[in-house]
Amino acid sequence: MKKTKADPKGVLTGAHYLDGDHALAEGALAAGCRFFAGYPITPSTETAERFAERIPMVGGVFIQMEDELASIAALIGAAWGGKKVMTVTSGPGFSLMMENIGLACMLETPLVIANVQRGGPSTGLPTLTGQQDMMQVKWGSHGDYAIIALSPDSPQECFDLCVEAFNLSEIYRVPTFVMTDECVGHMHEKVVIPPAEEIELVERKWYTGPKDKYLPFKPDTDMIPFMVKVGDGYRFHITGLTHDERGYPVINAECQNVCVPHLVDKINLNADKIIKIEEDETDNAEVIVISYGITSRVTTRAVRKARKAGIKVGTIRLITVWPFPEKRIKELAKKIKAFVVPEINYGQMVYEVERSAFGQAPVIHVPHCGGWVHDPEDIFKAIKEASK
Amino acid sequence: MKEKDRPEEKNPIEDLLRMDRIPHIWCPGCGIGVVVTSFAEALRKSEIDLEKTAILSGIGCTGRVAGYVKLDSIHTTHGRAVPVATGLKIANPELKVVVFSGDGDIAGIGGNHFIHAARRNMDLVIICVNNFNYAMTGGQVAATTPITANASTAPFGNFEYPFNLPYLAEASGATYVARWTALHLRRVTKSMQEALNRRGFSFIEVITPCVTLYARRNRLGDGLNLLKYYYEKSEIQHGADTKTLDISYQGKLIVGKFVDKDKPTFLDCMNEHLGKVLGDKYKPYGGNHD
Repeated sequence: MKKTKADPKGVLTGAHYLDGDHALAEGALAAGCRFFAGYPITPSTETAERFAERIPMVGGVFIQMEDELASIAALIGAAWGGKKVMTVTSGPGFSLMMENIGLACMLETPLVIANVQRGGPSTGLPTLTGQQDMMQVKWGSHGDYAIIALSPDSPQECFDLCVEAFNLSEIYRVPTFVMTDECVGHMHEKVVIPPAEEIELVERKWYTGPKDKYLPFKPDTDMIPFMVKVGDGYRFHITGLTHDERGYPVINAECQNVCVPHLVDKINLNADKIIKIEEDETDNAEVIVISYGITSRVTTRAVRKARKAGIKVGTIRLITVWPFPEKRIKELAKKIKAFVVPEINYGQMVYEVERSAFGQAPVIHVPHCGGWVHDPEDIFKAIKEASK
Repeated sequence: MKEKDRPEEKNPIEDLLRMDRIPHIWCPGCGIGVVVTSFAEALRKSEIDLEKTAILSGIGCTGRVAGYVKLDSIHTTHGRAVPVATGLKIANPELKVVVFSGDGDIAGIGGNHFIHAARRNMDLVIICVNNFNYAMTGGQVAATTPITANASTAPFGNFEYPFNLPYLAEASGATYVARWTALHLRRVTKSMQEALNRRGFSFIEVITPCVTLYARRNRLGDGLNLLKYYYEKSEIQHGADTKTLDISYQGKLIVGKFVDKDKPTFLDCMNEHLGKVLGDKYKPYGGNHD
């Protein structure tokens, strides 16, 4: 992995008062993103608007495509043209992107997609918050594949995790998602953008060997194949069909059972390196609240109240949502009375917690179908229930 | 006997094909192969840098072309080759980017992308092999199937109005529009060569025989019979008004070059406009050479 520093051209060093959407755009520019294709959709549009306003002075392109199908398609083309690329969307647009998210996974293409989630299904609540695409990001395209998804809980983290998402997408040659929501997206807070030399980036894993020996899908020792750019003279082929290391289609079970496990394993076997969670007082906890994004901030208040009431409660905030930190949760499940999982949906990540707890600890879900964040009182009640 | 002893055994376009992928999947009598041969010849005659040329396809019989032509090539999803090509061209403007796909891919499922890329005058060459049906999946009705022609999902004949593709392309903003049949190979080659040597959104429709499905289902005979139909019913009318180019079942086929005009491309417009509005603040965009 070759590390570089951010190009100062794209870095707006200083302390700013930004909302999460704008911070995402600044994160992308700092990470070296120079191609953004998007389609307007509430509540994510401000990211595209900011990128469109900033990029002419940085050197790069913003293009508003005809729909989200085209946006992600253009990202794939531009990534293979050598650019770092990003798009932003929300639920309905995310659904439209599913087809080519599969293609991006199959072609092992580094790209970043931010989803500023709103209430669904369908058109749902365009202007109001939700965390209802957390399973879709993992399973939404057909077939087996793996992705990386991060969940920021503040505008500052929208910046930080957007940079991180670019780095992960380059390291693992995989679409990487920043799964934020309307609340964080439209919340204004202080965002500190460091000087360019303090922003560490990962360079794409470029192939430099002989031209006729290039194999676009041959895993290197770290499982990740090398990339080249279209136009560098390799005359290579890539396809969404099941393919061998050359990128040639091979339509049989043998090839499928090499091609597909690779896509999943390169993420799952590196999960320990990828996963970041934030733990607080989990060591002697009786109850652990697991949350992510805006819900973790609402949880803070409920936890404070519970601790005052004498309940030993710890918290886990998922910064990485996918791959899921199953090992750590399995470990903790043996030691505690119960997990509490509040999330702005009717049951998504809670199933991952249940799966990881493996029957060792009960899991209490605190659902909310979107439109607003939880009442901290509801989370508090669940903690109290869990401590009994 | 070795190949060097019998040079006539060597395919003249071998250097432009991935020979390790041959034989191809196309049926005997299919027209796609000869369109590929024309393309290979056009690539040579155009003298463009093949290392800076990319070919993209969508899904379908013609969608397999990108897999056989030995250029940087991407086999994308159904209908999405045009927006992938748009991203690729913008990322690396020094590339010549060709989309080679079928009527179902370009005008059916990818129709919206097609008209928007034409509207932007994206600097792309679009080669659309029109065989009047969805062949890969077994001969279903398409957006190009002539009225009354039979298809597996129009078992009593098609009653939907088909697209007139050159008219659609021109109306959407294409700056080069031509139509030929698989019989007019010399002219197909010439159009492709012109398209490869110009800038802007170029669209070439090539009507080709689908023997296994379209011809069989409609009892039109074999590939030769379809070429006879092209021979008897095609009429070269360069510069014809694209409104007049509808195709009826076994009816007249007006072919030729209909549109060829200069107009700034997407990137020309972007650089010029932003340069004018933003002045020195604007960083002119030149792709990977920044």
